[in-house]
Amino acid sequence: MNSKRKELIVSAISNGTVIDHIPAESVFQVIRILGLDKTTKPVYFGTNLESKKYSNKGIIKISDKYFEKDEINKIALVAPTATLIVIKDYEVVYKSDVKIPNQIEKIVKCFNPNCITNKEKVETRFKVIYDEKKQLKLACRYCEKNTSRQNFVFS
Amino acid sequence: MKKRSLVSINDFSKDEINRILDLAEEFEQKPRQNLLNQKVIASLFFEPSTRTRLSFESAVQQLGGSIIGFSSAATSSVQKGETLKDTILTVANYSDLIVMRHHIDGAARWASEVSPVPIINAGDGANQHPTQCLLDLYSIRKTQGTLENLDIAFVGDLKYGRTVHSLSIAMTMFNTRFHLVSPVELKLPSAVKRHIKEANLTYEQYTDFMEMMPKADIIYMTRIQRERFPDPLEYEKVKNAYILTKDMLEYSKNNMKVLHPLPRVNEITEDVDESPKAYYFQQALNGVYVRQALITYILGLK
Repeated sequence: MNSKRKELIVSAISNGTVIDHIPAESVFQVIRILGLDKTTKPVYFGTNLESKKYSNKGIIKISDKYFEKDEINKIALVAPTATLIVIKDYEVVYKSDVKIPNQIEKIVKCFNPNCITNKEKVETRFKVIYDEKKQLKLACRYCEKNTSRQNFVFS
Repeated sequence: MKKRSLVSINDFSKDEINRILDLAEEFEQKPRQNLLNQKVIASLFFEPSTRTRLSFESAVQQLGGSIIGFSSAATSSVQKGETLKDTILTVANYSDLIVMRHHIDGAARWASEVSPVPIINAGDGANQHPTQCLLDLYSIRKTQGTLENLDIAFVGDLKYGRTVHSLSIAMTMFNTRFHLVSPVELKLPSAVKRHIKEANLTYEQYTDFMEMMPKADIIYMTRIQRERFPDPLEYEKVKNAYILTKDMLEYSKNNMKVLHPLPRVNEITEDVDESPKAYYFQQALNGVYVRQALITYILGLK
């Protein structure tokens, strides 16, 4: 009925990116890992909004900002349900659900303090795996230890 | 020739592992050959490990190769703040292959990525020690005549024991039945058990050593360290429950052999040493043949 009104809880943008369907509890984390807390561009966000697809969602709109692959991978890791919408001149020019890649490079730190990536200038490389409880984990190529979601530190 | 390193036991296929064990058998028959004549092997021990280092150096010298390197970080340029990458690139200029022991997890994989010559991992922190795993496999095959369809028991600290993890994962290639004996605090981590399940194999867990005793073809002993227990009382409760004594061996199979990565402290009493079921000293000797096999295989000489 009034899905249009709900959408307007957060202002429309003319050019930029909308990240929709973020799990409500991840909104602030997404803002932080994308550095949106430090940007000088207009950012609108909402959280704990009603959603048809999910019980409780968040949304972020950033003017004049388009994300690179590494940034989209970061979003996918903390908000795997998110949808990325690119707006140009108030029109949707691209819309897609984020996808968790099989490999993650550079953007997350290894949780193991004795890993070579935390000791020398070595970029991290992980394989994305799922444990027996279907929880996502990052398996370090170097120390072979797994980093789970609650221990993600983004670099 | 494509550069081939050994960082983790999972880097090698079952066929390659069998090939290396076959070669090791040849070297056991004839350990002194001039195969490494004119070859220079670098032995970089950033962390001291006398047993492993001497085994490698003996393996190389019996094949006529020369050794360069250092036996602790204190005598190397690490002291001056050189990065691992720079050390490896420098040493690769002077050698055909690098054997490396390092205290940092993942140091060996990183070295293998930057090095133009092959790297053999002689232990990287708490991570991998694949040549120990190969000599364990060799010892099992030699004493049982096969690696297939065996009952392998691991006893003691299964949580932190690096050798237990590597060997368990390697044995999943050979249709093994696993018997895991440990205090509840030191059970095999679920990440390792996952490999067993993924291979559609089974494991049984025990807290009672004697309940397992009649089942095993191989008993792989490890040491339980006091510092693994947050509560010293818990350590006191279990410390004597996982000690192997000679009279216990009566209840084991005739073909059963006891392995141990050494050094032993008190988890196998000395009266076990004289039993024909004790194999741990021979196991250490097998390390030389396995390392000879690995080096000549990696250099494409065999």
